[in-house]
This record gives sequence, C-alpha cells and structure tokens, in this order.
Amino acid sequence: MQAQAVAERAIEDAEAGNASREFLTFVLGEEEYGVDILKVQEIRGYDTVTRIPEAPEFLKGVVNLRGTIVPVIDLRLKFHLSRADYDAFTVMIVLNLAERVVGVVVDRVSDVMALGSDQIFDPPEFGSTVDTAFITGLGSVEDRMLILLDIEGLMRSREMQLIDHAIQQ
Amino acid sequence: MAIDVSRFREAFFDEADEGLATMESGLLALENGQADTDTLHAVFRAAHSIKGGAATFGFPDIAEVTHHLESLLDAARNGSRELGASEIDALLSATDCVRRQVAAAREGETLDHDTLAPVLAALEALQSAPEPTARAEAPEASGAAGWDIRFVPEPHLLKTGNDPIAILRELRTLGNCEVACDISALPALAELTPDQLYLDWRIRLHGEAQEAAVRELFAWVEDDCALEVVPLQAEHVEEPEAAEVAPVAAASVEAPASKPAAAPPPVAQAEQSSIRVPVDKVDALINLVGELVITQAAIAQDSAGLDPVKHERLLNGLSDLERNTRHLQEAVMAVRMMPVGTVFSRFPRMVRDLAGKLGKQVKLQMVGEATELDKGLIERLADPLTHLLRNAVDHGIEQPEVRIAAGKPAAGTLSLAARHESGQVVLEITDDGAGLNRERILAKARDRGLINQDPATDAEVWQLIFEPGFSTADEVTDVSGRGVGMDVVRKNISALSGRLDIASEAGVGTRLTLRLPLTLAIVDGMQVAVGDQIFVLPLGDVIESMQPQPADIEGVGGRPSLLRMRGEFVPIVELRSRFGVGGEQPPLTEAIAVLVEAEGRRVALVVDALIGQQQAVVKSLASNFRRVDGVAGATILGDGRVALILDAADIVRGLSRAQAA
Repeated sequence: MQAQAVAERAIEDAEAGNASREFLTFVLGEEEYGVDILKVQEIRGYDTVTRIPEAPEFLKGVVNLRGTIVPVIDLRLKFHLSRADYDAFTVMIVLNLAERVVGVVVDRVSDVMALGSDQIFDPPEFGSTVDTAFITGLGSVEDRMLILLDIEGLMRSREMQLIDHAIQQ
Repeated sequence: MAIDVSRFREAFFDEADEGLATMESGLLALENGQADTDTLHAVFRAAHSIKGGAATFGFPDIAEVTHHLESLLDAARNGSRELGASEIDALLSATDCVRRQVAAAREGETLDHDTLAPVLAALEALQSAPEPTARAEAPEASGAAGWDIRFVPEPHLLKTGNDPIAILRELRTLGNCEVACDISALPALAELTPDQLYLDWRIRLHGEAQEAAVRELFAWVEDDCALEVVPLQAEHVEEPEAAEVAPVAAASVEAPASKPAAAPPPVAQAEQSSIRVPVDKVDALINLVGELVITQAAIAQDSAGLDPVKHERLLNGLSDLERNTRHLQEAVMAVRMMPVGTVFSRFPRMVRDLAGKLGKQVKLQMVGEATELDKGLIERLADPLTHLLRNAVDHGIEQPEVRIAAGKPAAGTLSLAARHESGQVVLEITDDGAGLNRERILAKARDRGLINQDPATDAEVWQLIFEPGFSTADEVTDVSGRGVGMDVVRKNISALSGRLDIASEAGVGTRLTLRLPLTLAIVDGMQVAVGDQIFVLPLGDVIESMQPQPADIEGVGGRPSLLRMRGEFVPIVELRSRFGVGGEQPPLTEAIAVLVEAEGRRVALVVDALIGQQQAVVKSLASNFRRVDGVAGATILGDGRVALILDAADIVRGLSRAQAA
C-alpha cells in the first residue's frame, strides 16, 4: 500500500517531468529524517511553551506564532528516542498541514535535498519504535540514509490528539 | 470577451438575501397598514433587482418567479390593484420560494420546477383576476388611444450601461410612435462630453398597449430618469402644452431640470456609504491589530525601567503609540459590529405565521434594532431568540377568547427590545401573556425528581425550566416541545458568555432578559498565577476572591473539598491539579480562592496569586489544535507567551460529571 503510494507518486513526478522532490532534512539523535519541503512554513528557534492540561508528554504545549496559537510536538518524545536537552541549536519546524499550523521540535535542521525517484526506496518491514505507518520511504544520499516521513498523516493520526475527534456531542 | 460571471454570483446571492429581507419586512408592514408608498416602491425595487440579477447570472427560474412577483407589485404600485390579505399571502409565499431558490442556487442546485408551480399558479391567478377596483380602471386604460410618454433621462444614464435608443426601439413594438427629441440642452461641440446624455424625449404611442407594458420597458432606468406616462387624450386635443412640445420648444427644457432632482440622490448616497467586505479580511485585520496591541504592551513593559528624563522623547512616543493602538483596536472592532436588526428582521414573519397557526393574535413590537453587536454573536443569537419568541407565542400568549375573559385585549403584545447597558448588550423579550405557572413547574419538577425540597423564591422556581428534559407544554405540539428545551437555549447563551434571567407574574406576563458581551473577540479577564503558568478567568464569571481561613475549609474523605463562603458550601477545585501544572500545592490557607459562577452553580478555584485585570484578545485553540476541556480559548500576554482562558461553565460541568461517576 505504501509502496504503491510511493510508486504512484514517482510516476506522477516522472510524468510531470519533475523526477525529483525536495525534502527538508532534520536530525533526531543519530537519525536523519526528511519531510516534504512544501509542507514547511518556516523554521524558528524554540520558545517557551504554554502547557496544555491532560495532553500527552510529546505535546509540549502551544506557542504564539505572530498571533496564532500553534501546538508544538516534540518528535523525539513522540518517537520514543532518548530525551535530549533543549539547547541553542534546538529548532522548531513550523509545518503547514491542510489548514492547520503545527510546530515540530527537532534537534537541528540539516539541509534541503532534492531526491530523484531512483533515490527513494520503499520502507522495509522493520520493528522499530517509530511507527512505520508514517514512513513513506527511505532516501539514500551518498552514504546517508533519510527516513522520509508522511508528516501530514502523522499529525492527523488519532494518537496525536491534535484534532478534535469527538464528532458526536 | 469572456467574462467569468461566477465570481460575481456570491455578490448576487448576498444582495438577493438583502432584497428578500426588504421585501418580507415591507410586505408585513403593508399588511399591518404601517406602510406608505415608499415601502411599496422599496419592495418593488428589491424584487426588480433580484429579477435583473437572476437573469444576468443565469438563474432563469429565479427570474421567472420574481417576474410574476414584480408584475403584481407593479400593479399595486401604479394603483391598478389593492394588496389585500390574499395578495400579501401570495407575495410572501413567493418570497419564500425565491429564498429557497437562492439557497439552492448557492449550493449549485436548481429547485425542482414542480415545487414552483403552485406559487407561480397563485401569482398568475391573482394577476389574471384583477380586483374590482382594477377592473373599473382597466377598460378605461386599455381603451385609451395610446400613451403620451415623457422620458427625461439623467445625464449620467449612459454610464449605467443603458441605451435610450434601445428603449425607444422596444417601444415601437408596442404600437405606432411619434417621437420628438428635445435637443435644446445639447451644448456646443467643444463642450460636449461623450458619455453624458443631453437629450430627452416625448413620445406619443398610439395603440392598445397597457400602461404596465410601457412602464416595464423603462424599468431598468426608472431610478435614472423622470418618466411620465399619461393616457393620450382622444385624438390630438388642442392642449396648449402639447402644441408647445411638437416643435421642440425651449420651454420644455425647464421640466427636466426640476423633475429629476427630486428622487434619485438618496439612492446614490446609500450606495456610497457602505462597502461589502468578506469577513475573513476583517478577521485578518483584527488579528493584526491584536498583534499590534500585544507588541505595544511588550514594548511598554520593556520600557518601564527607562530613565524618564533621559528618554523623554521615546517615552512620549510610546504613550502616543499606546493611545493610537487603543483607538485603532476600537475602530477595527467597530467594523465587526452590526445592528441586531439584521437578526430581528426574521421574527415578524415567524411570529405572524406562528400566531396564525395557533389561532392567536400577536402584535410584535421591536425596539432598538439599531443596537450594535459583534457579527459573530449576532449569527449565533438567531437560534436562541427564535426559540424564546416561539415559546412566548406558544406558551405565553393566550387564545383571544381567554384573553378577553381575563379582561385583556384580544391581541397579545410581544416585544423584543435591545439596548446597550454598561458594556453589555441587553435583549429583552416581554409578553403580556399568562406568565409562568409556579405550581405546574413545581409539580413537573417533583415528577421528574429534579428537586428534593421546594425552592423558596420565584426566581429559583423559574430556573427549573432550564433543567434538561423540562418542558412546560402539556403536550408536544407542532410548534414546540420537539425535544429542544430551554436547557439548550441556556447552553447556547452561556456559550456566548451570556446570561438569561426570567421574571414572570401569573396573568400579567413574562420577561426574559438576556445579557451578552459586546463581542466574543475580547474578554475582560482576571489573570491568575498557578506555578509558572498564568490563566485568565473571564471577569463575568468571577464573583469574589478571598484567602481561605482554616475554619472555612471542610474536608470530605480526608481532603479539603468544600469551602464555606458567605454561609454556603462551595466545592473546591485546585487549578494546579485540574490543569496539570507542576509543583506542590501550597496549603489552602496560603492560596487564593476565586469564587466563580456558571450555569447557576458556584465553585471555588484555588490559585497561587491574583495578578490583575486586563482585557484579553481571545484566540481560538481549536483552529490549529483542538478543544481542551475546561478551556474557552487562549490569549497572548504582554510578554508574548500564551495563556489559557478558562471556561467556568465547563469546569462546573466537569465537576458534576466527576461526582456522578
């Protein structure tokens, strides 16, 4: 299913005469991740957040982004990686996902990379602490490996508690 | 050249809605005999412009219905028929029909033609069977040998896209025309402005044409010209005036100068005095100003420590900035303000229909329609007000014979009043009906097990009707009692940070008083500190605050959980644990208890300290995040941090849920 999606996207890209996609890459611990650059609104330093009651630990709280209240997620905590101390290099990637704005805290942002469809591979079946449902593929750049995230799907998932799932009242 | 008209459609829909509202209120006024000829003209113009718009934007079915509407109205306008009850009924139902059509068109659908048929048939039947008054005039009118038409366009007529030649050409299809053109106003070639019209016409139309048909041709330009249509005197009567005109006399030039000056200017002014702006643009502006206010507050805070002597100019500038920012904020907020009349306007019709259905007589009075309120609030007020008015007509006002027996006039009076009062909007719904029945309410409450002992005061009894599942109606009627009770009304109103009070006296009537903040965008808040977090409590919910004394605290199950305040026991809610703020809860005797009230119940919120009162610009948490239990929204503090605005009603409800569990 995932593989199919990746393959379809690759075909679409090829048809559009645009074989490569651009990713913003960032580091969490020892791992390097990539998200679709088109989803990224801006990159900011980490501010103090206001905590939200009864929220999961990875939901750091909300910040004021020029007048808009934006929830902030610590991806390290979300992916159950070792806890990092926030320092001067800690940054927040502000993502624009389908009418919503969400901040994601990462260790540091490394690069913007264009990956051709030949550089993107299907994710293998692996038992990881990272929920593989939100990995769309693996990118290979020289000897580096990028974990490509379906960031929109991840943020929309029920367990993120970002969106009101209480439909019935 | 292809013009995409679809982007103008939204404007047409909005205008159609306005036009329909004008028509409805005008027709109701006509029915009540409160209207003058201006009202009739306004109704006609509204129908006419909807028809024109519908035809332009490709909604032929809307144009068809409005065309019939317009014909009937036109007949009334030129006095050839009276608007009686049956005509008003037909016109109102046609108005409803157009409203449904517009709503369907907005969704990109078309109303089934079958549903239009009865409305069209009713209109056509009225048109084809004129009233006696009309019949008396009709033969005379059609028997005239023709019409003497004087058509004096305004100089700007060409700029409206209308061409008098086209009208004259059309006129020729109605019969034989003698056209005389008055060119006396034509300036010398050098002074001529090509887009100005300097001509006027006198036309003798011979033939059997109806006056309405003639006027119809000029309908598009009626606001931009002076038009006289008089029956042609039997074959060239030697009227001195007629003789003058024939050779295009200079004397006739005076007529256009005096005529057109009278009517059109008010229309032009009304158009210029307002503009239509999408709400999101205004909201963006409000958001930006909110940002500016916050930035200004931050600068003020940072500059507080500066030496006033050394930095005199800077500090003066900052105080100017503060004043201007405040004024700007007020001005921008005022943009969102709309008169409550926009929501009131739907009620006369509703009350009329409802009273008719129930066989009651109700006079609806509305006062203070110009009172302004935030647009967001106004839209959400419609449902609760509808419900309250419906209740008043259904349960409050008695049948005419009951009223007469009670020595009251047969027609009940229902009044809906709005006014500003100390930073709030007060809406009052008063009826002179039967009033609330204390005994029946108590009996019902006992039945449902809502009370253990009888409340002492009337006010407490009236509060019972807000309990879920409570209905004073003995039976479910078509009108009310469909499961939506006063509890829903109160919930809706408290969601708007409003309050609803009842006063009632048996046999005299009932008064419902609804108090609302002017806007939901700004809240007067009290900032409280809990640990390193700051929360904002809406001032409207706060009753008082105190430092609890050891004797005031009562424990239940080993934990302090009740606070004695002014002789009553109030449940304690520690905000620290309720909102998961870190740190140890200091002993209650060192904390501050803030007594808040919502939905008629009180709780004491325990906080570390009170910071102060400040206006807070309310931001939505749900737009990028989700609703959080106990939180009404968020605001941004002077230092740029986010603070949560607490929702007292939610906290109270949460407490009773916890008790029930």
